[in-house]
Amino acid sequence: MDVSFRGRIAAMVLLGLLSSPVCAGEVRVAVASNFSAPMERIAALFQKESGHVLTVNLGSSGKFYSQIKGGAPFDVLLAADEAIPKKLVQEGLADGASRFSYAVGRLALWSAQPGFVDDKGLVLNKGNFEKLAIADPKLAPYGVAAKETLEKLVMWNAMQRKLVKGENITQTYQFVATENAELGFIALSQIMHDGKVSHGSWWLVPSEMHKPIKQGAVLLTAAKDKAASQAFLTFLKNKQAAAIMRGFGYELP
Amino acid sequence: MIESGLAPSDLQAIWLTLKLASVTTFLLLLIATPLAWWLAHSRRWYKGIVSALVALPLVLPPTVLGFYLLLLMGPQGAVGELTKALNLGTLPFTFAGLVVGSVLFSLPFAVQPIQNAFESLGKRPLEVAATLRANAWDRFVSVALPLARPGFLTATILAFAHTVGEFGVVLMLGGNIDGETRVLSVAIYSHVEAMEYAPAHLLAGGMVLFSFVVLLGLYLASGKSWQVRK
Repeated sequence: MDVSFRGRIAAMVLLGLLSSPVCAGEVRVAVASNFSAPMERIAALFQKESGHVLTVNLGSSGKFYSQIKGGAPFDVLLAADEAIPKKLVQEGLADGASRFSYAVGRLALWSAQPGFVDDKGLVLNKGNFEKLAIADPKLAPYGVAAKETLEKLVMWNAMQRKLVKGENITQTYQFVATENAELGFIALSQIMHDGKVSHGSWWLVPSEMHKPIKQGAVLLTAAKDKAASQAFLTFLKNKQAAAIMRGFGYELP
Repeated sequence: MIESGLAPSDLQAIWLTLKLASVTTFLLLLIATPLAWWLAHSRRWYKGIVSALVALPLVLPPTVLGFYLLLLMGPQGAVGELTKALNLGTLPFTFAGLVVGSVLFSLPFAVQPIQNAFESLGKRPLEVAATLRANAWDRFVSVALPLARPGFLTATILAFAHTVGEFGVVLMLGGNIDGETRVLSVAIYSHVEAMEYAPAHLLAGGMVLFSFVVLLGLYLASGKSWQVRK
């Protein structure tokens, strides 16, 4: 209460100062697409409270890796896994000391049709569907988690004929949302807002079914000395950001 | 596999791409020829509307076009309802779905060169043929079609090449299924995204080389045919 009040005062003061370009920095963040919804709110809050300007670039972590290698002007990467931030650190493109996992994603089996997916995922055994959408396990961490889950259920081989693969988790969601696939494994954050799922039917895949989807953040070497970028990474660890992430179904590491 | 560097699924993607481009080009020539003839000769007030509709795929970003097709051809879309009623199932994630998407996407590339060729003929050759008592069908087949050959050649090349290089529509509609919808451009993209640069370079390099050779061959052949006619 007290904190947020003080925060609001600080925001007002900062807003007043915004007109002077000296204190307002710019942060360019490359964000994995599964994190787009919470990022929108976190970005709004961060801009309000810090006075810095934040630009968000949505895409897949693999694409960002190639772009960063090619000199893309990003300051911070919020990836969908930990492998890519690690790789960037190894190659000297990111600052190792800044790397941390900012969220743990949850996988959900979702259908746009109400009552289609039961809360234990038994619909997979019933098999009364033509297409099951997953993100491509070669490209997306949520695809890897979906594959691990199906393997644990001893269904991976049997499902091959029904699988359609999205290039990323957003596309996978579209396949299911347009009902071209009756159901699909997607990120919980895509259907959960403020702790509630608004439509369709879903099964929250228990976290022991797959390796945890730890999502890594890292400061890129080019932005190492930028105060605004560091401020954003610090902001990502605070309580307000955590509350937003939880509302979208993320767990905290 | 180490020598070639290509997985069987990559070879399948190459074959599938050639199949998709051939089927699409064939269908496009069937559709575009009467459409171009009509556009070249019609004086109807709605000709402008049809021309604009034909050119529309040039404007929309391919992934957006793909997304709308996904909606339209899905179980909730108008086309999806129709195909379901005809017991054909729904089109997304099938080869037939890719063909529909590719035909729409490459339509202007086939129609416009043929239309230009028909328009540049003028009325004269057809009128002369008419005085020789050739009926409308005769005039079209024996006069207009042969004279418009360069236009057809350009349309064939463009439609084929454009389909080989097509990406956004296929990505949105395909679902990346081996042997069904995983075409070359999607395979290359997946390799790049997964940081498997060696097969990506190989496929991309092969695609560039193949396309260059095909295009060069066609242009050389068309150059020759023009010379012969003169």
